[in-house]
Amino acid sequence: MSVGSTTGKRRHPGLNLHESDAHPSDGEVMFGFWVFMMSDAVLFALLFAVYASLGVNTAGGPGPHDVFELGPAAMETLLLLLSSFTFGIASLAMKYRRGMALLQGMLALTLLLGLGFLGLEVHDFATLQGKGALPQVSAFLSAFYALVPTHFLHVSLGCVWIVVMMVQLRMSGLDRTTRTRLLRLGLFWHFLDIVWVMIFSFVFLRGML
Amino acid sequence: MDGDGGFRRELRDYVVGLVLALGLSGAAFALVAWDPWPARTTLGVVAALAVLQLVAHFRCFLHIDLKQSHRDDLQLILFTAVIIGLMVAGSLWIIFNQNQRMM
Amino acid sequence: MRIEVLAGPWLGRLSLSALPTDSPVAAGAALVAVLGALGVAGYITAKGRWGYLWREWFTSVDHKRIGIMYVVLALVMLARAVIEALVMRLQQADAINQSGFISAEHFGQLFSTHGSIMIFFMAMPFLTGVINYVMPLQIGARDVSFPVLNSISLMLTAAGAALVMISLVLAPFSTGGWSGYAPFTELRFSPGVGVDYWIWAVTLSSIGSTLTGINFAVTIYKKRAPGMHLFRMPLFCWTALCTSILMIFAMPALTVATALLALDRYLGMHFFTSGGGGNMMVYANLFWLFGHPEVYIVVLPSFGVFSELFSTFSAKKLYGYTSLVLATMTIAVLSFTVWLHHFFTMGQSAHINAAFGIATMLIGIPTGVKVYDWILTMFRGRVRFTTPLLWGLAFLVTFVIGGLSGILLAIPPVDFLVHNTTFLVAHFHNMLIPGTLFGMIAAYQFWFPKAFGFRLEERWGRVAFGCWVTGFYLAFMPLYVLGLEGMPRRSAEVFDEAFRPWLLLAAGGAVLIVLGMAALVLQLAMSIRHRDRNRVTVGDPWDGRSLEWSTSSPPPEYNFAEVPEVEGRDAFWTMKRSGRAYPALDRYAPILLPENSAIGPWLGVLGLATAFGLVWRIGWMAGLGTAGALFAVIGWSFVRRSGRTVGERQVERTETRWHAALVAAVPVSREHECDPRNRGLADVAA
Repeated sequence: MSVGSTTGKRRHPGLNLHESDAHPSDGEVMFGFWVFMMSDAVLFALLFAVYASLGVNTAGGPGPHDVFELGPAAMETLLLLLSSFTFGIASLAMKYRRGMALLQGMLALTLLLGLGFLGLEVHDFATLQGKGALPQVSAFLSAFYALVPTHFLHVSLGCVWIVVMMVQLRMSGLDRTTRTRLLRLGLFWHFLDIVWVMIFSFVFLRGML
Repeated sequence: MDGDGGFRRELRDYVVGLVLALGLSGAAFALVAWDPWPARTTLGVVAALAVLQLVAHFRCFLHIDLKQSHRDDLQLILFTAVIIGLMVAGSLWIIFNQNQRMM
Repeated sequence: MRIEVLAGPWLGRLSLSALPTDSPVAAGAALVAVLGALGVAGYITAKGRWGYLWREWFTSVDHKRIGIMYVVLALVMLARAVIEALVMRLQQADAINQSGFISAEHFGQLFSTHGSIMIFFMAMPFLTGVINYVMPLQIGARDVSFPVLNSISLMLTAAGAALVMISLVLAPFSTGGWSGYAPFTELRFSPGVGVDYWIWAVTLSSIGSTLTGINFAVTIYKKRAPGMHLFRMPLFCWTALCTSILMIFAMPALTVATALLALDRYLGMHFFTSGGGGNMMVYANLFWLFGHPEVYIVVLPSFGVFSELFSTFSAKKLYGYTSLVLATMTIAVLSFTVWLHHFFTMGQSAHINAAFGIATMLIGIPTGVKVYDWILTMFRGRVRFTTPLLWGLAFLVTFVIGGLSGILLAIPPVDFLVHNTTFLVAHFHNMLIPGTLFGMIAAYQFWFPKAFGFRLEERWGRVAFGCWVTGFYLAFMPLYVLGLEGMPRRSAEVFDEAFRPWLLLAAGGAVLIVLGMAALVLQLAMSIRHRDRNRVTVGDPWDGRSLEWSTSSPPPEYNFAEVPEVEGRDAFWTMKRSGRAYPALDRYAPILLPENSAIGPWLGVLGLATAFGLVWRIGWMAGLGTAGALFAVIGWSFVRRSGRTVGERQVERTETRWHAALVAAVPVSREHECDPRNRGLADVAA
């Protein structure tokens, strides 16, 4: 059977799979997802630029010093970094066929860490509201609430995606579709980590200085 | 199939990634918490740590390196970095200049 | 009473008062839109074609069908936007020291819809459609990389267009122009739903375009036929690649701009407001971070089309292929460095203006290289003045004039003088009409025989060409003069008697352009009527150079029975000259194609529902639309698709029929390419 792709002989690097498990057109899917992530990265970069442009405009409302706290941010960072690691183990469990239990277990652990991160962030947002730091108060807070919740939304979608993958793995095991989907989910999850590193460095830490 | 050896080697990559990530973020948080230097210096160091961590994540978690076969992704990421650089630096240059002139 | 019933909580701000009953012009337009939609729906119902449309078109993931649907969408929207332009020109010619026949409010809506439609729902769908149709064929692929995503992109764009059409009936639309500048578009100054229509229509289309860009870029990167190295690709594919890259990286800026504006309007935040620390300049900055690359998104594909035209109709290989590729890439990168020239007067320091002014002038260099390459392609060639080539020639001359006025505008002090006058309107129409529209019309004339199997009538094509080009010069050259005389753009009324002759001339030009539009419609109707005498089934009516001409017209759904091996540039031209074209296969293999999918149309409908609900603050509709879209995607991910196989028997039947036509056809020399002797087989000995 002849399939459209013909230049797929060269394997794509994002395709972290065994030769025998990788289909020529899988590389295309991975590359497409990389391109999407880069487009998404531009979106985040612009939200950062907006935050940097408007961050000084507190309009008499609370400033970064009044609203940010180091502790919760550090906790959130820890959870997210650990979740990237557990996802890494999940990818290895898939690649080296270390059994469905390990794969599902690691995905579940990643999901829990992700949900923990989301829970802490919700708590953070609630604390901010308590301090009167609403998005309507000033341009600084508007920009903050555009940037950080966009990341929050991405992580939430990532969590939904993990749940969907766990169900699909249960239903149909590891096949071509679930394999490449897990790889893409992995890229997405690690990418969100990078965005978070930028957020804690340039929003929270910079704001605390 | 490169069974155990491959698994261990790749696992080591992830462990190194995690240690680097925790170490670099921890350093950044610690710097801000203890605040030993003037704010500008700390900010510069925090930014440098962030960039280092970015590279570490790309290398250890996203498997981007300088191998010939990985060039597609690397070029894509570098091109994105250039575009982001142009957009963000240009925007800040323009907006900060205007802010200054309005003061 | 009735109005209050309708305006219940489940209908948000929507009530019967949204109907444009106060102005006869607006009411007429709404009526035409409703009757048109009802007429089309009635016709389809009467013919019993809904099932066919759903199965064969709306759910199709074939890049060729999706391409055609994009172009149809673009042509419908073009018709509306051209008529709006005519109304505006007539209004300005009429409203000299008097109020004219439409209100200032309505005039504001007209220039906003005209601009938004022309960019987002005419130029973008048109070029996306042409790339969709042509690019996979040119690189020897069977489809794009992500066929279902392609259908989703189309339907999101169509949903945005539908929202703009709905705003004609459930008015009003925004009066903030196509760029929607804050703070005018903030809730405080534009309290109605108009700006919300603009925000959501544009957001839908920009999501669609981002996905399209990803799809095209990956297709060009990963789906080329064996031997089709990047530097062997037809130039049109290069421009498609650069346009896709621009879409991928520039569209997010628009998404951010409209999303933040929406947050301001819906949740009372302070990004671009005048108070609360907001900064309206951040909006202008974000918008043009997208807006300037957008100019090249819509221009580059036309450059590609013209490159194909000049070389095909001069029977010469493209002069300076490599320089054209490098120029295209240079333009793509430089286009990210000049956005500030759209707001030289916003108040930054002179040195910043100077930097961006110089960057702007730099873009003229690669563009100039291209112009010389095109001229030298024709130099000493056997140039055939077919309709597509005529558009190309008009483009060359007109585009250079527009480019020169652009160099003037790139000088900040000059820009300060003519800022916000019709000089600017003249300039960008002088770039975009030849640089985008002429290119797309030429592409339509050039590739129509490929898509439908018969040529378009030359005569009406020439009439359309004459009307458009003359109309363009009449309509826009006076605007340069008016601009220098100080006439502000976007004026519903003017107060200087000296403007009258120029405005009358411009209105005359607009009438001619509308006639040109009508001639295009007539050309299509006449061509369909006389299709039998213009059939080019064999598939190569113009002695083409690239792979799309090596298939039958229209091409089979699988494009190529066997994916061709490419050995150099101008692949098909070389094959013909060396006798390797039309290889007869002794065995056929079954071909795997993607299955049709209903997810695209569903996401389009749900996207439209979400957007409509958001515009009129109908919470349940927006909520259901969003949740529905999320569940549709998740549900769709559970469907296992194995693809659809076209059996070898069917391939053999199709190919045999085509080869029979090939054998029966008489090769036609170039003197006869525009008469009925042309059956699509080129005489390569001549």
